Amino acid sequence: MYKYDHFDQSIVDARVAEFRDQVNRRIAGEITEDQFKPLRLMNGLYLQLHAYMLRVAIPYGTLDSRQMRMLAHIARKYDRDYGHFTTRQNIQYNWIKLEECADLLEELATVEMHAIQTSGNCIRNISSDQYAGAAADEVADPRPWAELLRQWSTFHPEFSYLPRKFKIAVIASPEDRAAMRLHDIGLELVRQNGELGARVFVGGGMGRTPMIAPEINPFVKANDLLSYIEACLRVYNRFGRRDNIYKARIKILVHEIGADEYRRQVAEEFAHVKTLGIDPPLAELERISAFFAPPAFDAADVEPDRSDPDFAVWLDQNVKPHKQAGYAIVNISLKPIGGIPGDATSAQIDVMADLAEQYGFDELRVTHAQNIVLPHVAKRDLHAVWQALREADLADANLDLISDIIACPGLDYCSLANARSIPVAQKIATRFADMDRQRDLGELKLKISGCINACGHHHAGHIGILGVDRKGVENYQLTFGGSGAEDVSIGKIIGPGFDEDGVVDAVEKATEVYKTLREGDERFIDTYRRVGLEPFKEAIYG
Amino acid sequence: MVEFRYRTDEVTEQPSVTLDAFLDQSNATAVRLEPDDDARALIPFLDRLTLIEVAFPKYRDGRGYSSARILREAGYTGELRAQGDVLVDQIAFMRRCGFDSFAPEASLNPEAVARALSTYDQFYQKAADAAVPVWKLRHG
Repeated sequence: MYKYDHFDQSIVDARVAEFRDQVNRRIAGEITEDQFKPLRLMNGLYLQLHAYMLRVAIPYGTLDSRQMRMLAHIARKYDRDYGHFTTRQNIQYNWIKLEECADLLEELATVEMHAIQTSGNCIRNISSDQYAGAAADEVADPRPWAELLRQWSTFHPEFSYLPRKFKIAVIASPEDRAAMRLHDIGLELVRQNGELGARVFVGGGMGRTPMIAPEINPFVKANDLLSYIEACLRVYNRFGRRDNIYKARIKILVHEIGADEYRRQVAEEFAHVKTLGIDPPLAELERISAFFAPPAFDAADVEPDRSDPDFAVWLDQNVKPHKQAGYAIVNISLKPIGGIPGDATSAQIDVMADLAEQYGFDELRVTHAQNIVLPHVAKRDLHAVWQALREADLADANLDLISDIIACPGLDYCSLANARSIPVAQKIATRFADMDRQRDLGELKLKISGCINACGHHHAGHIGILGVDRKGVENYQLTFGGSGAEDVSIGKIIGPGFDEDGVVDAVEKATEVYKTLREGDERFIDTYRRVGLEPFKEAIYG
Repeated sequence: MVEFRYRTDEVTEQPSVTLDAFLDQSNATAVRLEPDDDARALIPFLDRLTLIEVAFPKYRDGRGYSSARILREAGYTGELRAQGDVLVDQIAFMRRCGFDSFAPEASLNPEAVARALSTYDQFYQKAADAAVPVWKLRHG
């Protein structure tokens, strides 16, 4: 795990002092809400339907038990005893008081955490693969690159008033667990003749105009990375559209001028930027990488005792292979049947922190699917971990199943939403509560957004649900065929929308069609891709 | 009106002309760039210019930050002025991009500006100012 030195700490501490001053000026009435808005937004503080919401950054979704406990402490002291883990691998608190905000940030800073650039038209928290450092298929740990980008993007003077927000993901495996090509910039670390570099994809995104990022450069060397990304951003800052907020993301620029022309402009800008000496020496990447050295793995390779059937189901569903013999990756589902996707109580957050400390080399990850990962657990400890999780209601064995739903906060919290997301997620999970039935359906990624901004990633759902407002009534559109993985695709709307109960019924009918038509090991999305929409449409609307 | 100036030379008295006008009749020494003007069009003439004014009609429009850096990167050493919807909390970023004078539409409190400029003493990136980035301090 990366550890701050006095430079990092001084920047975060200065931010707390600055924000305290800004909040004080607002409370004293020296600045208006209009003037305060861009300042608080630069620091992750949103005014939502009922209260202020604060989004805390969890850089590339990695944290240690001390930081995790701080998140629990903040939920207890400043919120209503729970937090909400987000699709950006961050955590949000929904009931924050403005006058307590600076104190909260000061406490966060004591564990090397902050809310810098978790909102606003700037470069947001860098996301990454939750299995980084543990996945057998990675060419390197992507997190040192993500940390390098975190530092470069923090308070970047030129790119803090971009046309729109900007999201970067870094992965290092052929398997994409971070929806990399649905980011403004997606980086995939690859090796070329033994040298590590990045494939650069630019112009992906969801929102109202979903797009898959085209490859802009097949290989950027480590010591050119920041210059190249700076060039990508400068072209966007200068030429991205600012006349229409809905056309301001970089995907629209890349789409309108074309990937070839964008690539040409970036190459030209890069040739200039590279002369400026903005790239740190490779020693800096090496310094950062040292923090991410593998832990001292020493457990014998023993298979766990599978005699408890509930444990065996959890092992099969939520535990993934580790690159180190004797170890495994544990996924902790934050999707209990009938619960709110991504929510965890302070007590649960503490339990996860304790388990990481006791059994997991002190590391935790947040996933973009709103779950938690213990990346390095010795196989001999899996049963003990499972028992502790079960006692905390954290042992749902539904990873990647239909009840492992991504959902945005929706109209229950969000001031942009048109429809509620959480109750739909709860109804679908409840309808499919029978675990045997879920397991029979296999991998089925269901994602729900409460408005066209697509925070719930519905475009990337094998089944996606989009809540819209139709003449004052909540209406839900269904999309099929999306994927945020390496088989990335954008889902298509299947037909007219439904009311809340109707959409649950339609999802159920779709699963019945799948069960009838599937061949071999086909997942829902494979069958859909093979047979097309017709049979599903017939069953649902027929 | 120029409210803050971080230069010691004389203020240019000549009014600034638009980029188009400048490119047409190039004896002017002061020019004004709108957000959609290409700062690179000025590169052949930088020696002759004593003032480049960069307009910020709305604070949210950040194109002027890139214009400023491009001019400094091309070696421009004259006055670089941010004019328009310039807010106190943007001045530090603007200084880092190379602006050295400010003509905010709405007057700013000098104390608040001084505070904003002294809040941070460490910077992660190399930019157009003299600040030494953290990575260089780490590795020499």
